[in-house]
Amino acid sequence: MTTVAVKPATMAQALTRALRDAMAADPTVHVMGEDVGTLGGVFRVTDGLAKEFGEDRCTDTPLAEAGILGAAVGMAMYGLRPVVEMQFDAFAYPAFEQLVSHVSRMRNRTRGKMPLPITVRIPYGGGIGGVEHHSDSSEAYYMATPGLHVVTPATIADAYGMLREAIASDDPVVFLEPKRLYWSKDSWNPEHPTEVEPIGRAVVRRTGRSATLITYGPSVPVCLEAAEAAQAEGWDLEVVDLRSLVPFDDETVCASVRRTGRAVVVHESTGFGGPGGEIAARVTERCFHHLEAPVLRVAGFDIPYPPPMLERHHLPGVDRILDAVARLQWEAES
Amino acid sequence: MTVLEQRGGYRPAPPPAWQPRMDPAPLLPDAEPYRVLGTEAAGKADPDLLRRLYAQLVRGRRYNAQATALTKQGRLAVYPSTTGQEACEVAAAMALEERDWLFPSYRDTLAVVARGVDPVEALTLLRGDWHTGYDPHEHRVAPLSTPLATQLPHAVGLAHAARLKGDDVVALAMIGDGGTSEGDFHEALNFAAVWQAPVVFLVQNNGFAISVPLAKQTAAPSLAHKAVGYGMPGRLVDGNDAAAMYEVIGDAVRHARAGGGPTLIEAVTYRIDAHTNADDATRYRGDGEVDAWRDHDPVQLLERELTERGLLDESGIEAAREDAEAMAADLRARMNRDAELNPMDLFDHVYAETTAQLREQRALLRAELEAEHDDQGDLDDQEGDLR
Repeated sequence: MTTVAVKPATMAQALTRALRDAMAADPTVHVMGEDVGTLGGVFRVTDGLAKEFGEDRCTDTPLAEAGILGAAVGMAMYGLRPVVEMQFDAFAYPAFEQLVSHVSRMRNRTRGKMPLPITVRIPYGGGIGGVEHHSDSSEAYYMATPGLHVVTPATIADAYGMLREAIASDDPVVFLEPKRLYWSKDSWNPEHPTEVEPIGRAVVRRTGRSATLITYGPSVPVCLEAAEAAQAEGWDLEVVDLRSLVPFDDETVCASVRRTGRAVVVHESTGFGGPGGEIAARVTERCFHHLEAPVLRVAGFDIPYPPPMLERHHLPGVDRILDAVARLQWEAES
Repeated sequence: MTVLEQRGGYRPAPPPAWQPRMDPAPLLPDAEPYRVLGTEAAGKADPDLLRRLYAQLVRGRRYNAQATALTKQGRLAVYPSTTGQEACEVAAAMALEERDWLFPSYRDTLAVVARGVDPVEALTLLRGDWHTGYDPHEHRVAPLSTPLATQLPHAVGLAHAARLKGDDVVALAMIGDGGTSEGDFHEALNFAAVWQAPVVFLVQNNGFAISVPLAKQTAAPSLAHKAVGYGMPGRLVDGNDAAAMYEVIGDAVRHARAGGGPTLIEAVTYRIDAHTNADDATRYRGDGEVDAWRDHDPVQLLERELTERGLLDESGIEAAREDAEAMAADLRARMNRDAELNPMDLFDHVYAETTAQLREQRALLRAELEAEHDDQGDLDDQEGDLR
């Protein structure tokens, strides 16, 4: 009889646990990708799965992302639930055609006869000092593709709960893992994973009255830190963690903005053509008469992801968020 | 002097343990396409099988003609004909067992129909109706794939999954010569060989990728030779010889089913018609070339073999024609009816559960349609779904 204790865990460990529990609960769940077997993935998220479930259920594939995802389509057609790992954000691009031309639309083109329950795990975003092609935030591409769910956890409980839900979903889910949060620690009881809100619901991580920071994934802790720092200025910031970009929770976001009257969207992805534009437009369309200031965006610059020695200038940080909040105040007073 | 010679040759010394892992010779295709009709091998073929192949070829030829006519009447948006390639299409369907799966390209409607799918349902993509008119699970036929070669990895994944489940199911994936240049072709063949997946890849080399001839597509000795690089056997077959096609595909299917892994088959054939009705084939090939292939017509080849051997007479030929005519008449009649489409269905089947965003858009479309139609009865009452 083991004593169940709440102990610190990392997000990577919670994801491993989610995969393991999903595989144990459902024999049709198959993990596949480059290096996911013997090595346990370059981030060790699939650590031990090949040993526990065998190489047929946790498979080292040839190094070919289109082939990995394409094979997953066929496996899903035959009744399996493939969980595909794309090693890094930019490595997923060769699989983009499979994702857009087949994965996203198979349910629709077959009028519901052939749903594809595929989870595509993609470690994404910067902040870990990765060299070129290891730090992209590609969520806008996936958001622009109807038929895909696009989700990204920011907490350890969400990492576990949302991955379990993604794997159980009958629809394809692009599961974006904020790689800079892989080693974040929190108290988490893996024997009784915290129940979390379902995919599609945003969560207010911090309540406040002055303005709403709308954010997701790797920018959630940054926004929480900014909100703490803002208290010194007398600003009481609310932080909404979207969790799910598709579908989008207009209800929670707009309820928050209507309370605060001001909003800043924060993400690492580029601002131009990025998720923030869509979010700002949605908020403006729905909450215009409640807004005291324009919806602002704090995003990555509109540049190819910079080399690691310069990435701190590119990534939205606390100061840049507070500057935006200050501009909201100014707009309100003028 | 080449660049490599200037550098003193690029030939890194192999590490001590290195050795070729297998003898490539058994994987190599024959120098000439395999043939049955007109050879001694034809005498060993089952007469019933040859007659069934013939009936399907005649149907296939008539189907191609009818579908092409439907494009001229505006009933089909487009039809990529397989006139001249019927033997490949028919053999692909007939060489499979019921439990096997077919992964067709956009040109392979005829194989889909020969597999048992309703001809009208097989044409919905080309008609502009819903993208896939049939239930893929019913006849184990994947949707017609328009992006080139992207359905090949699906075939590999399905065959692999079937084997993991212990089912002796084989997947046959069809592709044209142009598609062999795509990256997904390479990835699919590589995966299939590494996994020893029960897959058969059938390349119909019909000479052209729209207008680009094979010589500009590949520098390989033949497309079948590509198999060797992946570690699977390559077979070269006369794509206009229905008996040879049936035998070669059947052999590959049995080989895969028995755990022997994948095979790459190159069927050498010719597209008599243009790429589609939107294409002008006279810009890239002469009549002489087409006429030479007309003399090697798949229907005529088999008909000659059967009549010369006394397995088919005029009444048999007439019966096959009548059967094909009846099929064409039925197709014509049903295609001439306007498709009944409900615009409200646009929002179904995007996700398992519709999203709030789609519910809003659905309500917008419904309001637009109500404004268009004074008569509410024109619309199915789907108010309840709006929630």
